[in-house]
Amino acid sequence: MNKHPTISLLAVVWGLLMILLTGTVIVARYDFGDLSLYVALGFAIGKALLIIFFFMHVRYQARQVLLFAGAAYLWLMILIVGTLQDYTSRNWIKAQDKRGSVKIKLPHQEER
Amino acid sequence: METSSQSENQELEPLHSHFETLEQQRDAATLGMWVFLGTEVLFFGVIFMGYIYVRWSYPLVVEEASRHLELVLGTINTAVLLTSSFFVAAAVLLAGNGRRHAASWLVIIAALMGVAFLVIKGTEYHAVIKEGFFPGYSATLEKVSVPGGGYYGALSQGGGPVPGRAELFFWLYFVMTGIHALHVLIGVSLLTWVALFLRRRPTFSQNAVANVGLYWHFVDLVWVFLFPMLYLAGHRPL
Repeated sequence: MNKHPTISLLAVVWGLLMILLTGTVIVARYDFGDLSLYVALGFAIGKALLIIFFFMHVRYQARQVLLFAGAAYLWLMILIVGTLQDYTSRNWIKAQDKRGSVKIKLPHQEER
Repeated sequence: METSSQSENQELEPLHSHFETLEQQRDAATLGMWVFLGTEVLFFGVIFMGYIYVRWSYPLVVEEASRHLELVLGTINTAVLLTSSFFVAAAVLLAGNGRRHAASWLVIIAALMGVAFLVIKGTEYHAVIKEGFFPGYSATLEKVSVPGGGYYGALSQGGGPVPGRAELFFWLYFVMTGIHALHVLIGVSLLTWVALFLRRRPTFSQNAVANVGLYWHFVDLVWVFLFPMLYLAGHRPL
């Protein structure tokens, strides 16, 4: 539990972070359609994990630190998933509306 | 976190009466900081949710509007923050080994990089506001054009070929980067405080150094997500 990273390991992590940053900017030149979001998020999550586990020492800490960091992530997911299940399911009513069975005024959503 | 012997730690870190050992004291300090960071995740989480809703509702608007942000400055700023985070991580290690003078220099470098981040951010705000993208009555969003005609104008000007929603994106841009910049400002103040007590005080708290370090890494972490969300939402061909 009292293990710690060395400065050279931190330098390697910094190098990886720079590579990921360069990678995400280069990749952003190309259009992957709907996948673009997930590609950009993949790079961001890679950088985030390096920072959390090495710079923030979660890899070297007691398990309860990982638990608390994970709990923060879990609550964020509850916030996002809970909100999105409302917004995304509103389209189901919209689809019904087109068939003329339900008349509910819905916020505009742009067509892709 | 630290390698030095227990006796060396004793000089650095006073043991408070309500803890049995220094290790217990340190674990409590670390865990407490993570609880605070958890609340920060939710603080930023709400505005992230706002972004997700706007992007989900108006994907083309977000993609087009994001191409009008300064990608070069944004990339430089990301590199600056990631590098400053490395210096802080190294400083926490050195401070743990009792090398407080070397650690203080690294913290000062990191704080200066934080200031550099804010200066670059200010330059960028100036450019974006000059383009007329600041949300409000004076916003001119004709430049955010849409393939197939029309433009994503201000909310108040809706009714064109495409309903105007670009203002929402710039509103999110200014709020997200604004509250993040506030965190950077607080982080720079904390780093300056750490640098001062590393240099001046006969004793210092390693836990304080480590926790300020955690705060700085968290500020970095938020930016790691803000950068692709705001600057890379729309692809930018050469």
